[in-house]
Amino acid sequence: MPSSRLLLIVASCAFLAACRQDMHDAPRYEPLEASTFFADGRGSRTLVANTVARGMLREDEHLYQGKVDGQLTDTFPMPVTTEVMARGRERFNVFCAPCHGRTGQGNGMVVQRGFRAPPSFHDERLRTAPVGYFYDVQTNGFGAMSDYAAQVPVADRWAIAAYIRALQFSQRATVGDVPPERRAELDAPAPQEAR
Amino acid sequence: MPQIFKPSANTLAKASIVGGLLLAVSLIGLLIGLGRSSYVTRAQEFIEQPIQFSHAHHVGDDGIDCRYCHTSVETSSFAGIPPTKTCMNCHSQIWSTSPMLEPVRASIRDDRSLRWIRVHDLPDFVYFNHSVHVKNGVGCETCHGRVDEMPLTYQQNSLQMEWCLDCHRAPEKYVRPRSEIFTMGYRPPVPQSVQGPELVKAYGIESLTNCSTCHR
Ligand code: HEC
Ligand code: HEC
Ligand code: HEC
Ligand code: HEC
Ligand code: HEC
Ligand code: HEC
Repeated sequence: MPSSRLLLIVASCAFLAACRQDMHDAPRYEPLEASTFFADGRGSRTLVANTVARGMLREDEHLYQGKVDGQLTDTFPMPVTTEVMARGRERFNVFCAPCHGRTGQGNGMVVQRGFRAPPSFHDERLRTAPVGYFYDVQTNGFGAMSDYAAQVPVADRWAIAAYIRALQFSQRATVGDVPPERRAELDAPAPQEAR
Repeated sequence: MPQIFKPSANTLAKASIVGGLLLAVSLIGLLIGLGRSSYVTRAQEFIEQPIQFSHAHHVGDDGIDCRYCHTSVETSSFAGIPPTKTCMNCHSQIWSTSPMLEPVRASIRDDRSLRWIRVHDLPDFVYFNHSVHVKNGVGCETCHGRVDEMPLTYQQNSLQMEWCLDCHRAPEKYVRPRSEIFTMGYRPPVPQSVQGPELVKAYGIESLTNCSTCHR
């Protein structure tokens, strides 16, 4: 009797081992995990073509296309504040400076490695282009430059457009354009995030 | 009947007690060491990838920011691995005929995702979130090491619970200003023992060691 009970315990332990669930790799998909279920092997599904998620319809022509009545606009869909400019500078340095350079001259590192050189933002043609144009180029791409719609969200694209405008002004600014009470800051070392 | 145990057996017995103890201790030590070794954690191990992607070239030499490719690292738990299109932003022109980049071009042509091999992989019962760490002043370098010097990506730290807790118990040892999160080779301008506690206070960082922080 005791020996058969012992046998039962040993046997059930053996079966328990078969019930082990691997908690290190739970039966769910992590972001971008490969899938054996879907034909294209993607666990993270792409949006079905020509569908719009509820509440995500991009009706605002000014905000989403940089246009008013079908024409590229020279106005911003949001108030341009110091925060927006700081954000624009940061995003410009991340996404655009590799090619356009930090000052927008078109001599970024990737260009030095052989990418086609973009025109300088300080050319007459681009200085007079409406801000909507800079939003549009980022959204749809232009010639050899691919679009940044997937990498840069809409609000950031506008912030970058605002910053490019500031860059353009900065190249032709004189000391007279700086309010007298802030002129002393010109001689101070550059703030950390501008380096 | 002759004596089986000679007087010397006394010393042998004593020595074997000590020896046995030593053996047991060193075996335990070996097991602990093995558990933390890179053999188990796979730290410091180069992982073969379908494409020899080099952070040393892209980040170190070309100065491309982490966020250009890992776009969701500031806003979500997942840092994000760049889609093929991101590579083609530049490689439509640079190295555009190189055989090294043939898998990238094939991926665009056939609309098939590239299959990168995971370098870091926490068990699924652990919750981790990048955006929280980035917002609270933990730099990429603190956890991932000098990515800008890696010709192939490898895991710098063990990613074991004890490693997470070492920082969660005393975050002031590691936090840096938010403006330096993506900087590689960061050196604090003032000693960390001064800067750390100040930042912890300024950012309102708590010491999160409750089990349910990471196991939820
Ligand atoms: C991979 C390199 C690269 C990156 C990164 C890049 N660009 Fe460009 N950009 C170019 C090139 C090359 C051209 C010129 C394209 C042509 O003439 O075919 C260009 C042209 C432009 C133009 C001018 C179009 C004209 O009318 O001549 C604007 C505006 C522009 N880019 C904005 C941006 C902004 C904003 C970003 C950041 C979100 C950015 N670019 C990032 C390479 C790049
Ligand atoms: C040009 C695009 C690009 C840039 C810029 C870039 N990465 Fe990556 N990163 C990748 C790709 C592609 C992979 C996947 C292949 C691999 O693991 O090497 C990757 C993988 C990683 C991984 C390992 C992911 C895993 O599988 O666990 C880490 C960590 C990482 N990157 C950190 C960084 C950091 C930190 C920076 C900034 C200093 C950075 N990356 C900049 C493209 C990039
Ligand atoms: C912002 C531009 C840019 C992006 C985006 C980019 N690369 Fe590159 N890549 C370069 C440059 C520039 C070089 C040349 C390296 C050098 O000479 O320093 C290069 C070189 C390479 C090389 C071969 C040379 C080497 O040993 O590094 C490979 C392979 C490569 N890239 C893969 C990729 C992959 C995969 C991606 C997408 C995850 C990617 N790149 C995204 C700019 C880019
Ligand atoms: C507190 C430590 C820590 C910091 C700081 C950190 N990472 Fe990670 N990273 C991890 C861990 C842990 C994983 C593995 C996550 C998993 O397996 O779920 C990871 C995974 C990744 C991956 C693979 C994709 C993913 O999300 O699983 C990439 C890419 C990455 N990190 C990039 C970065 C970049 C870029 C930064 C800087 C902005 C950064 N990490 C900062 C700990 C960290
Ligand atoms: C170098 C320091 C450091 C390391 C290493 C680190 N953390 Fe953290 N972690 C922090 C800081 C700082 C916070 C923010 C605390 C706060 O919110 O006050 C945090 C917060 C968290 C949170 C809270 C998220 C939320 O939603 O509130 C989780 C979960 C977490 N960490 C998981 C991990 C895991 C898992 C690891 C190991 C793989 C890890 N951390 C390693 C510093 C670190
Ligand atoms: C800062 C995040 C964090 C906290 C807090 C934390 N853990 Fe963990 N825990 C981890 C990580 C990461 C792992 C995975 C370690 C590995 O892969 O080796 C883990 C693994 C474990 C494991 C499984 C070990 C194994 O070998 O599979 C157990 C059990 C565990 N933790 C219990 C706890 C308990 C109990 C607490 C509370 C006292 C706790 N953890 C708090 C991050 C955490």
